[in-house]
Amino acid sequence: MDKFIRIDGLAVPLDRANVDTDAIIPKQFLKSIKRTGFGPNLFDEWRYLDHGEPGMDNTKRPLNPDFVLNQPRYHGAQILLARENFGCGSSREHAPWALDGYGFRAIIAPSFADIFCNNCFKNGLLPIVLDTASVDDLFQSVIATPGYHLKIDLEQQNISTPNGTMYHFEVDAFRKNCLLNGLDDIGLTLQHVHEINEYEARRKSEAPWLFKES
Amino acid sequence: MGTQTLYDKLWNSHAVREEPDGTTLIYIDRHLVHEVTSPQAFEGLRLAGRKPWRIASMLAVADHNVPTTDRTQGITDSISRLQVDTLDSNCDELGITEFRMSDVRQGIVHVIGPEQGATLPGMTVVCGDSHTSTHGAFAALAFGIGTSEVEHVMATQCLLMKKARAMQVLVEGTLGKGVTAKDLVLAVIGKIGTAGGTGHAIEFGGSAIRALSMEGRMTVCNMAIEAGARAGMIAADDTTISYLKGRPFAPQGELWDKAVDYWRTLHSDEGAQFDKVIQIDAAEIKPQVTWGTSPEMVVEVDGNVPDPARESDPVKRSSIDLSLKYMGLQPNTPITEIRIDKVFIGSCTNARIEDLRAAAEVVRGKHVAANVKLAMAVPGSGLVKLQAEREGLDKIFVEAGFEWREPGCSMCLAMNADKLESGERCASTSNRNFEGRQGPGGRTHLVSPAMAAAAAIAGHFVDVRNF
Repeated sequence: MDKFIRIDGLAVPLDRANVDTDAIIPKQFLKSIKRTGFGPNLFDEWRYLDHGEPGMDNTKRPLNPDFVLNQPRYHGAQILLARENFGCGSSREHAPWALDGYGFRAIIAPSFADIFCNNCFKNGLLPIVLDTASVDDLFQSVIATPGYHLKIDLEQQNISTPNGTMYHFEVDAFRKNCLLNGLDDIGLTLQHVHEINEYEARRKSEAPWLFKES
Repeated sequence: MGTQTLYDKLWNSHAVREEPDGTTLIYIDRHLVHEVTSPQAFEGLRLAGRKPWRIASMLAVADHNVPTTDRTQGITDSISRLQVDTLDSNCDELGITEFRMSDVRQGIVHVIGPEQGATLPGMTVVCGDSHTSTHGAFAALAFGIGTSEVEHVMATQCLLMKKARAMQVLVEGTLGKGVTAKDLVLAVIGKIGTAGGTGHAIEFGGSAIRALSMEGRMTVCNMAIEAGARAGMIAADDTTISYLKGRPFAPQGELWDKAVDYWRTLHSDEGAQFDKVIQIDAAEIKPQVTWGTSPEMVVEVDGNVPDPARESDPVKRSSIDLSLKYMGLQPNTPITEIRIDKVFIGSCTNARIEDLRAAAEVVRGKHVAANVKLAMAVPGSGLVKLQAEREGLDKIFVEAGFEWREPGCSMCLAMNADKLESGERCASTSNRNFEGRQGPGGRTHLVSPAMAAAAAIAGHFVDVRNF
């Protein structure tokens, strides 16, 4: 996993609540058996005027000029500013894969859906929760100021704006450490093989029916 | 230990180790696998030179991409076929039990787990699928995971987690005639919102929940994720135990007795504390119909489409505006005046035998309305289909003008050929009314099986209680 320490990135506002993972990456693209290549189909139904299918040349498809990601001032954005309950619905990890593939490194919202939030951390994408009033302020600033960059410092757990305003954010200490060091969860867990074996042996004697061979 | 919630009991019995900050290694008893969220996990495992920790904990089935029409020709869409073939070859290579498309036991992963007795009380159950919450109906801790976590469970039989907060949803009293588990859970979502359960594990309790069959309980827990909760659960009782008796993966003989003794402890203790408690009077719940593009956008069948002008919160008002535009609905339209184009009875929410019986009962001797272009009944598994056919339900559906299909996820998410065309409006027994969920531009209204069946006959929504 890529490390996440600090970024200085252009922010783009996606002003709708309850953005679900079906909207982030529609199901036809879930037929892929790969982890990469989802970026061009991020928000496919909002981003393009035609209907997208796997295998299409996305560079030749008509863009929806009204969709915020297509506005030239937001090209190259790395920070997505969103509303509450971002990433609700399906557990598809293709959603963070698509956000990452597009170039996003962080998402700021008043709340995230649980599974999506987990999936982000596994992919070096930082979900940041700020209170609704702070998110409202950021929406206003981003919309009012072309080229609005935010600096996110994970170590210090803060976001700073061009005019010097600072927002502190909370992040789970374990997740933070994994992101800062680009740690692989599986490798970490396998350091505890001994304890997993012990648990399994104990559980087998307590609840043997759970270990029935199928 | 003091008093514990059901969630505490399930959590504590699976904690392998706990870090000072509360991050806990949780042991996983059952890992269900389907074709969409597993290929990258199998590949990751292979690239790292790892093997699955406990192959016997895994049960695999292809359900999202499978055709629900004649299967003798296989899957015509080559990309879908590759995904299903990839699951088959991964399972072959590693010796994982898989129900292939030609196996009568094949079906939607959340239907076949319980049907086989592969889901048992006291288990931790995971699957790379958010509707894994379904299995919590068996007093199991069951939740959806992403593909990285699928790989993590394969490699370590564990997951790194922080404990969620505990929420109790108490539904006391008796559901009225024609009001079902689906209406109950939609009413809960309408009350607490799609993020109401975020960060929580929900335990559903109260006399109305205890009175539900296992099918009904699965419908309720299935949609816990639509209230934002990764896990929903219900205490084990006689209903749970008698459902499981004799199922192929369930214990037998002495082990069965031992298991049952343990299962009887799987309930929240008297006086156990929850972080949040929601109370609902079952008698007040009416048949529910969603009008928007989030499951919380739901009203009673005798209600109207909301008017954004009456919403003071600007974010909510804008959500209502966007939804009405997408759904092609005018504010204040009575729900019963909304005409439909298609009907879908199926999905991991409502494709079990009881759901099919309820729908068949409504359409018996009647015919689908002329404006309904397609009405389909898609059983949740091959075994549900067989049972329904034994009861003659297939004939009732077909005579009423329904198509009787092969089992799979089908038009719940339209990864196979079953989908809505742009602008088409569907009465659906599935779980998500998101934009494009049932096909690009498609418009979904979530309802119970009986309500979907009644809408098929009337051509528009009707109150099944007066039908």
